[in-house]
Amino acid sequence: MSKSTKTASKRTKGYAGMTGADLFHKMLLEEGVEVLFGVPGGALLPIFDSLYKTPIKFVLTRHEQGAAHMADGYARSTGKVGVCIATSGPGATNLVTGLATAYMDSVPMVAITGQVTSALIGNDAFQEADTTGITRPVTKHNMLIKRAEDIGRAIHEAFYIARTGRPGPVLIDIAKDATSNELSTEPDLTIDLPGYKPMLTGHIRQVKAAAKAINASKQPVLYVGGGVVISEASEILDKVAHRGNIPVTTTLMALGAFDESDPLALQMPGMHGTAVANYAIQECDCLIAVGARFDDRVTGKVETFAPHAKIIHVDIDPTSISKNVKTDIPVVGDAKDILEKMLPMIESKQRKDWLGQIAKWKKAYPLHYDTGAKIKPQQVVEAVGRLTDHDAIITTGVGQHQMWTAQFYGWRKPRRMITSGGLGTMGFGLPAAIGAQFGNPGKTVIDIDGDGSLAMTVGELVTAVHYNQPVKVVVLDNCYLGMVRQWQEMFYERRYSATEHPCPDLSLIAEAFGAKGIRTTEPGELDDAINEMLKHDGPVVLAASVEPEENVFPMVAAGKGLHEMDMGRLV
Amino acid sequence: MKHVITALVQNQPGVLAHVAGMFAARGFNIDSLVVGRTEDPELSRMTIVVIGDDHMLEQVRKQLEKIITTVRVRDFKEIDYVERDLMLVRVSATPEKRAEVVELAGLFRGRIVDVAKQSLTVELSGPEAKLEAFIDMVQPYGIRELSRTGIIAVQRGEQRAKERN
Repeated sequence: MSKSTKTASKRTKGYAGMTGADLFHKMLLEEGVEVLFGVPGGALLPIFDSLYKTPIKFVLTRHEQGAAHMADGYARSTGKVGVCIATSGPGATNLVTGLATAYMDSVPMVAITGQVTSALIGNDAFQEADTTGITRPVTKHNMLIKRAEDIGRAIHEAFYIARTGRPGPVLIDIAKDATSNELSTEPDLTIDLPGYKPMLTGHIRQVKAAAKAINASKQPVLYVGGGVVISEASEILDKVAHRGNIPVTTTLMALGAFDESDPLALQMPGMHGTAVANYAIQECDCLIAVGARFDDRVTGKVETFAPHAKIIHVDIDPTSISKNVKTDIPVVGDAKDILEKMLPMIESKQRKDWLGQIAKWKKAYPLHYDTGAKIKPQQVVEAVGRLTDHDAIITTGVGQHQMWTAQFYGWRKPRRMITSGGLGTMGFGLPAAIGAQFGNPGKTVIDIDGDGSLAMTVGELVTAVHYNQPVKVVVLDNCYLGMVRQWQEMFYERRYSATEHPCPDLSLIAEAFGAKGIRTTEPGELDDAINEMLKHDGPVVLAASVEPEENVFPMVAAGKGLHEMDMGRLV
Repeated sequence: MKHVITALVQNQPGVLAHVAGMFAARGFNIDSLVVGRTEDPELSRMTIVVIGDDHMLEQVRKQLEKIITTVRVRDFKEIDYVERDLMLVRVSATPEKRAEVVELAGLFRGRIVDVAKQSLTVELSGPEAKLEAFIDMVQPYGIRELSRTGIIAVQRGEQRAKERN
């Protein structure tokens, strides 16, 4: 257990007489903030005036949602806390989607919102919204600050809460006068959170029970989620898996946490997971969930999920345990700490029969698509993977392109796949890529997007151009809202209700915004187009016209069990 | 099944909204919720009665603990406790019926706290079942107004309570 009361500031005196806005910047610097994404506004004027003097880089976004996703992409790709800022009223409400996205995927973020002057709060003032009320269900914590003296403590508490335990977004709503006023006294900078004691270390008795169950099992499977990425547990996971010869399936949030080229890798489970991952889960006698939360997109029909398995659940959040699936052996704590304790207890095993069965499934039901006259979307993803040596930071929007990216990129390392898993936020890809690029200068960052998702936040291309961030956008352009169209094809007799849309030339849009635009329609030109994109030192949009009615397979239909997969054209 | 849970929370604005919002968002049913001060001015205690099975109770407890401003949560599932509900009820009582109502109140150890020409106000406290029984008894006279606090609870004696956090 960690202490909930501590002094976070190096310096605790000499702040009296400073304005709240100046203290705000001092505190952000103390927290190590390098970059701030956002949009200014009336309630933030004192903060932006103070910002004029500080070394923190400010990134002006087109829309506050973009700011939130940039902070999110920065956080997911670096492991550091991402920070965004928006003004009162509409600025704050525009952040909501970004906060909800980060909350669902446990991303450490601090959001700052301006609020009207404290005397006006509650009066329906210009650009007033009840920001803490609106954001309470989509933040790990939030607070309203009305006095300059409270700003420092609030910032330290926010960063502490955001990055510890199960991380998440924390919002601080600051009244304008709290930033313009001078501090009348020295502020109390002590973090005081008597109710916040995240479990960090796993209970040894539970770890032993888990190891015993694993050693006793014949057909175990490690089911690994985003918690493994967050706790930086990939290396130790690899050791545990290899010591026990335990196959590993990595959820959408964990892609890259286990190298997919490893023979023990089963890739992604669930609705659009691999057949081998789903069959292994259904046949296993021991399922070891680590930092995963049994999402409905993973379990399918929960009553038939992993029917023969003893279930071990390692998670830092006690509410995740036995929420959807009853757990036999819960282990609450940090994934890395628990796997480290577990490693020496794991017996080395051959598991010849089980691994033989896994190999048979892999061979019989590989991920698969047919090539044709038109570019296949899967082909684009595969080529991007090959030409970036499976090492680029990839972001996505949400839908078919996201699933093909998950299936075909070929994940080798953690923190390469940045995607909105829980909330499923279309429009996440481009701003997340820009944020990731700020956190990883010199690295290749590619947003693999759909034309529907990209349209939602395409304005942020201006931000990439403005700050010369060389993000690449590969659009699998099919002129459909493809995932919904797929469901309409499969379950609504091809009644394509509101899923077709006009197809603007996205390469021209890129050029108009000052980025480079490339368009490709021929399978034979695909590699050249991708290489041209990768070579260009600046933002690029590569629009690839793909087979419009391609479907994502395998697919477990809603309400079906994992073993009832539709393999598509393969069978 | 009815469960009683108490939560010690930081005495700050927004805490009640947070707790109530969590119950609504997760579809938990609140039967009653009482908030009051404690011996520590920085802390309040909520006593919450929820209806649901054991699985739901466990989720409610864990979700309450997850709220940053919640300091400690206790459920009374496996411990013996004392519960009280306080009621003020204004019963129609013409001068002819007044004695009957006063007698009923007396049988339930209630107190008459207000008398008017056409009605009487009775203060009654006790476990929920006792209050329900009294309501049944005075129903025929006509209930003009009724207000209850909802349950508050403390454990009996020095047992080890099932506390987390």
